[in-house]
Amino acid sequence: MWPQLILSGMAIGSMYGLVALGFQITYAVSNTMNLSQGAFVMVGAVICYCLNIAWGVPAIAAVPITLALCAALGLVIERWIVRPFARKGSQSWLLSTIALGIIAENVAMLTFGKEVRGYPSPLAETTVSILNFGVFPLEIVIPVVGLATAVGLWLLFNRTLWGKAFRAASENPMTAQILGIPVTRLIALSFGLSTALAGLAGMLIAPIANVSATMGTLLGVKAFATAIIGGLSNPWGVMVAGVLYGVVESIAAGMLGGSYREIIGFLVVIAVLAVRPNGLFGRTNIKKV
Amino acid sequence: MVFKPHHRTVGQKGFHRRTFLRGIAGFGSAVAIAKLTGCTPSTSEGGSESGGEPLKLGLIAAITGPSALSGESIKRGLEVAIDEINANGGVMGGRPIELVIRDDESTPARGVAAARELIEREQVAAIFGGLDSPVSLAMLPVLHELETPYMGVWAAATGITRNDFDPNYAFRVSANDNIVDSFLIRYAKEETGASKVGLVLINNPWGESNQVGFEEWAPEYDVEIVGVERFNDGDTDISAQLGRLQSSGAETLLLVANAAPGAQMMRSLERLAWDVPVVSHWGISGGRFPELAGEETARKVTFVQTYSFFGEQSPVGERVLAALQEKYDLAGPADILAPVGTANAYDAMHLMALALDTAESVEGVVLREAFYNLPAYEGLIKTYEQPFTPDNHDALNEDDYILVQWDGDQIVPVAS
Repeated sequence: MWPQLILSGMAIGSMYGLVALGFQITYAVSNTMNLSQGAFVMVGAVICYCLNIAWGVPAIAAVPITLALCAALGLVIERWIVRPFARKGSQSWLLSTIALGIIAENVAMLTFGKEVRGYPSPLAETTVSILNFGVFPLEIVIPVVGLATAVGLWLLFNRTLWGKAFRAASENPMTAQILGIPVTRLIALSFGLSTALAGLAGMLIAPIANVSATMGTLLGVKAFATAIIGGLSNPWGVMVAGVLYGVVESIAAGMLGGSYREIIGFLVVIAVLAVRPNGLFGRTNIKKV
Repeated sequence: MVFKPHHRTVGQKGFHRRTFLRGIAGFGSAVAIAKLTGCTPSTSEGGSESGGEPLKLGLIAAITGPSALSGESIKRGLEVAIDEINANGGVMGGRPIELVIRDDESTPARGVAAARELIEREQVAAIFGGLDSPVSLAMLPVLHELETPYMGVWAAATGITRNDFDPNYAFRVSANDNIVDSFLIRYAKEETGASKVGLVLINNPWGESNQVGFEEWAPEYDVEIVGVERFNDGDTDISAQLGRLQSSGAETLLLVANAAPGAQMMRSLERLAWDVPVVSHWGISGGRFPELAGEETARKVTFVQTYSFFGEQSPVGERVLAALQEKYDLAGPADILAPVGTANAYDAMHLMALALDTAESVEGVVLREAFYNLPAYEGLIKTYEQPFTPDNHDALNEDDYILVQWDGDQIVPVAS
């Protein structure tokens, strides 16, 4: 039973991690976040469903179109929903991005409908057996994509000139600007990247979680929790936290029953934050005066 | 843009007394002609065949939202029955039935408001209910306060008909959770040969209410409930819970959930490669269960219905099927949205008409009593001989339920 619980938890957890990476990117660059990340998981899944399943656009075209649309939405969000508040030093972007998520969900209900639709995929039709437990091939693809994205982001931030610019923009935007780093554009770019990642997550999980207007709500909350316990400072930490969170949930459901899945999961989040306020893999922010 | 003051002068596009008077006269004669010929406009189904004043009946169901298909299927069953009744001269000596529909959006508060509005403003004689048990349960106090009969055609909560009101105004032509639970346990015992069953329930009041029913009936059939597992609407993998049932030795699973979570439950069984019989309440008949679970997996569940339009039909069945096909342009039984909603509603409307004829009154108090004295009625689901008694407000019982399974996107009777 244990291998089954752990495998199932890792599969779910890597979905949380993948969505949580979107929080990490924008936070690392601008100290702001798009709290409607969960809704954009849904937007990605719905757009791809409409293109690929409803209108018959081949997947090879539907996937990049969806990613591009999501990235474009990210730029719009940064420009109109976050920047006007963040620039004034206000924290109102917290509320405005949550509001946007609710709007997105309701627009989806109006246009896509309230029904749950299945997303057929050859990767989620039959299970393959690992340690006597059936796993859909897609559930192996998701952690692989998640870890690859996390590693890619880490390399981008720590091994490239772009990464240096991103970090400079985050640590001291004023000086960075003076030194010729296009801070505003970098922040916009990070939002585009984060929404595209949410869209990617949406497309990846759609065949397992189905497509519906409300599919992203709880996922967004759990992803936020894992981003926080992962520490927000490095991408692989967020991804690992996601997987751990999924495993904790799965073990709670397996040992105590399904009603305890969320109770135990979120209790663990609180406990982790009490012991390690900066998350499992976070660095303490030392402010030099 | 320049702002122009807008003065109307006589002789321009203004008010003409002559035109106005001519209009009044025209409208008056139109109304008079309409009254003479009986062509009064109606809200939904207006029978022009029978001349009397229309008799209004209400339907409060989900017309929009995730359960919208249920509302439409109920409406179709009611409308086909109304067409037949009105073509035969209506009720109470020539009054055509008119259906007034309100959308409850699956929300109890909206249902309650609609019930009050229909009774007090539209003066409906009785109200038909929709799919959502919480909505029907919430409407009961208003219906009893205003002494208006309720006729359930889908929502199955035990407490709708077996309530604490005296006199009880709630009647039903549909399943009753408690009876379904007994039916499913008996099937699990007799057909799948299980003496140990596991319950897989959606984590909401509907799941809870069925748990009570299962626990009540299990000892009757000498079946042991070895585990009760709950899961939530959005859960993608419930193999952890199913693993617990597997290790506690469940031989058959009893499922209570709607289509989307039910489908996730079936997919999780595949992860465990656990080939266990699954017997389900009818929640999985709504939504798109085969699309979500996969057609092969969907086929593995046996579930309960009150009627199937597939297979050999009775003369009534053939007549209703033909009427549905013609009225709604359906190719065949596969196009009927939700067979239970349509079939229950059809029979319920005919029973309602018989009650109105028996009562010869639209007074709730008299109409309620009339339900106990109905003549025999050869309906779609069965022939009803005294469908309601003071002790039993459910016209359908265990003998009227049938077991079905998905075949592609069609619901077909289990070959037994």
